[in-house]
Amino acid sequence: MRFGVVVFPGTWSDCDFHYVISEVLHEPVKYVWHRERSLEGLDCVILPGGFSYGDYLRAGAVAGRSPVVEALRGFVAGGGLVLGSCNGFQILCEAGLLPGALMRNECLQYRCQSTHLVVENVDTPFTRGLRPGQVLTMPISHGEGKYHASPETLAELKGRNQVVFRYAEADGRVTKAANPNGSLENIAGIVNPEGTVLGLMPHPERASEAAMGGADGVLLFHALLGSLVEDGTFLKR
Amino acid sequence: MKGAEPKVTVDLARDLGLTAEEYDRIVTRLGREPTWTELGLFSALWSEHCAYKHSRVYLGRLPTRGPRVLQGPGENAGAIDIGDGWAVVFKMESHNHPSFIEPFQGAATGVGGILRDIFTMGARPIAILDSLRFGDPGEAKTRHLVNGVVSGISWYGNCFGCPTVGGEIAFAPEYAGNPLVNVMCVGLVRADRLFRARAEGVGNPVFYVGNKTGRDGIHGATMASATFDEHAEARRPTVQVGDPFTEKLLLEACLEAMRTGAVVGIQDMGAAGLACCTSEMPARAGTGMEVELGRVPQRETAMTPYEILLSESQERMLLVAARGREEEVRRVFARWELDAVEIGRVTAGGELVARLEGEVVARVPVALLAEAPEYRKPVARPAWLDERLAFDPLGLPAPADWGEALLELLGSPTLASKEWAYRQYDQQVGINTLVLPGSDAAVLRVKGTRRALAVATDGNGRLVLLDPRRGAAMAVAEAARNVSCAGGLPLGLTDCMNFGSPERPEILWQFAEAVEGLAEACRVLDIPVVGGNVSFYNETSGQAILPTPVVGVVGLLEDATRYATQWFKAAGHAVALLGPDAVSLGGSEYLWTRHRRLAGRLAPLDLEAERRVQAAVRAAVTAGLVSAAHDCAEGGLAVTLAEACVTGREPLGCAVRLAGGARPDLTLFGEGPSRVVVEVEPARAAEFEALMRESAISWRWVGETGGARLRVDVGGTTLVDVPLERIEQAWRNGFERHMA
Repeated sequence: MRFGVVVFPGTWSDCDFHYVISEVLHEPVKYVWHRERSLEGLDCVILPGGFSYGDYLRAGAVAGRSPVVEALRGFVAGGGLVLGSCNGFQILCEAGLLPGALMRNECLQYRCQSTHLVVENVDTPFTRGLRPGQVLTMPISHGEGKYHASPETLAELKGRNQVVFRYAEADGRVTKAANPNGSLENIAGIVNPEGTVLGLMPHPERASEAAMGGADGVLLFHALLGSLVEDGTFLKR
Repeated sequence: MKGAEPKVTVDLARDLGLTAEEYDRIVTRLGREPTWTELGLFSALWSEHCAYKHSRVYLGRLPTRGPRVLQGPGENAGAIDIGDGWAVVFKMESHNHPSFIEPFQGAATGVGGILRDIFTMGARPIAILDSLRFGDPGEAKTRHLVNGVVSGISWYGNCFGCPTVGGEIAFAPEYAGNPLVNVMCVGLVRADRLFRARAEGVGNPVFYVGNKTGRDGIHGATMASATFDEHAEARRPTVQVGDPFTEKLLLEACLEAMRTGAVVGIQDMGAAGLACCTSEMPARAGTGMEVELGRVPQRETAMTPYEILLSESQERMLLVAARGREEEVRRVFARWELDAVEIGRVTAGGELVARLEGEVVARVPVALLAEAPEYRKPVARPAWLDERLAFDPLGLPAPADWGEALLELLGSPTLASKEWAYRQYDQQVGINTLVLPGSDAAVLRVKGTRRALAVATDGNGRLVLLDPRRGAAMAVAEAARNVSCAGGLPLGLTDCMNFGSPERPEILWQFAEAVEGLAEACRVLDIPVVGGNVSFYNETSGQAILPTPVVGVVGLLEDATRYATQWFKAAGHAVALLGPDAVSLGGSEYLWTRHRRLAGRLAPLDLEAERRVQAAVRAAVTAGLVSAAHDCAEGGLAVTLAEACVTGREPLGCAVRLAGGARPDLTLFGEGPSRVVVEVEPARAAEFEALMRESAISWRWVGETGGARLRVDVGGTTLVDVPLERIEQAWRNGFERHMA
């Protein structure tokens, strides 16, 4: 599977995703500069964490209108896979590639901590092979990660099974105490209706090696790698 | 514009922080009166902050050489060879004065400044540590400062993308008017790709790169070289404003420009801004420099040469490129959308010549700017010291309930968990952090090698107040012990010397003694000092801070999989205490928390014994013989054991039996150097015993892990028997309770 990792000038998880894809998964990967308008030859585009263009306005607001994100629309329409983590999730929402928005954490402070995620939707290329209700451990690191959507959007999300991850206790219970940023219904990650664009606030790349304290993040990559079919399409189950 | 310049007189020089003698010296050496702009240059570069006028005669005592040292003091940062072609670059700096005036931006730009010191050396920053000191947490002002400083660090470090992995936060009323913000940064670079701040090569072009220049921070260096009074807040305009996004661009652009081979030398425009770079860079290389100030990118209009030279606007560098390769530099900075403007060239004359629109506004020998007078001012041992030392803590009543006394200590703001602060810091970006904040030292892997680095900071002002020499040596010993507990061999040290006004003999005595203590400890423990800074004038309205040398130690682990953390891992393991018995309540956390006393004598420090204990712990960690190792520090043995019980993912109790001593409070809460608690799996106990015998250190088995209580027997009597949930609650909520 050919991965592209998008680099905005203020991106900082680019090297971490690159490292995991090349050194842990041994898959081909290249960096994609934010001014690129072509994503040809890629199967999966990663939008990593960071502060894209400084994010002095809303996080991801400027990046959501950047050349590479414009190119992303055609890439998604053509069936390509996109994984946006942290700032990447914020950018996907700002670009309208995912519904809803990410707001300032309810505690009004930045939060860097380990979180438990309960897997709700396993019918995506990112989560196939996982069990519904399975609990993954991954860290978060953000100041604006409180997921918000209108009641209609939320109903739609739920109706189409677009909620992929919720913040939970270690045993999978979804509680207020387990919600690190005040996200609506503990939502930590969602997909588009087609299941090809995943946005999540946690950092799978930081949980992809035992040495880093856990390797649950790499399960998403393994699911991805197994989803690619010879004709270039992706399996969801 | 020239007509608007003030007339240069000795009074004006005094207003700018120079003395009459210094002014005379300038006139004599120049052979004329300086211009207004030139006077500004001297005022900044001869400030204590830039020139170390009062400290230089002492700093020569510090050992700075070693077989692994690639760069000692005198550059942007120190560098040490860690093998496999890699070097670690690190330095600590203070940003105390600005952080009191404006805590958020003061701390943020402190982070920004030290990051630039690391990447001007060609290194990519991989870790930040902050050593913070504040006044009484009961005061609203303190909470405002803590909030501001922590959020400033969080904002800058997180946006830039460098993890904050450690440090300390401590409280004492003496810091109320002068909080300390000392930031350490660690970076990695190929050992043969180190860059230096030298303007080599006559004729080479000089580039201004990065952020535009504004009127912020003018005379920041001078402000940091004076004490505060009740009008300190009026100096807010001298505090710079940070832009971490631009810093990130500057990092990437500088490293990319360096890779082209077109960069000859580079320096951060930190304190004293352009004035500092345009004089220090040629001074180091024995060259001169000519610059046209009109070409400096500016974000304000009608700036005078004085303002342009002395502005401390952030995120800027001065870069000397190889002649003929200008385009390569311009291309890189354009890609990162940053200014890169050729403003001058390196000359042979040994002079700094600054022009505005062609007209000379300053012409000064760079050597003269670099040669501020050196003072050896009077020192005097403080008269009040003997009274403090004469106090016997054992004359105080013993607590009625030892368990409650322990809980009180664990919940004290200095000892309680600092998760409230560090959860606001990104701790993992870069995916190198093997041990996160919350253990004795942070451990970071070095990708592409089997190695890892362990880093820790330490400094206890109370101990230094009572005995500057021993207290400072203890700071070195403890930071090195923290690194050793993680399994790292200490390779180098950086320090921030935070003191009051050196113009007071008793403060200068504290400083001189502390330097001597640092030097002695570094010599015996074989840790070269490769950089740091001195921050004097930490006084407000005559009240000086506790004398606070803070040290940061970097250590090397040959095998990144063989490190230790401080918390107990499994029930049924044996617990041992390594090191001497000697402890004291003098200057202890117990004495302060319980009795609000800062007095008494410190425990003895035997540096040879310290060296052997650290070697023994490292050997045990490296051989995998211990499953936990925790330094006995503030709060004494009881607090150390409690921390080992509750700081891990799952709390785990222990039962410990100690020989009876003079008094139980001494045994439980007495503080002394060179002591470490370790956890040993029974199957490895024989090997461990053999290693300890070989190490020729004092040690004893004291108990075993298990259960959900901490129990400590002293001389056959159970003194502490507390359920872990109470310990955890006291320790976890202690800090937040004080902050609320």
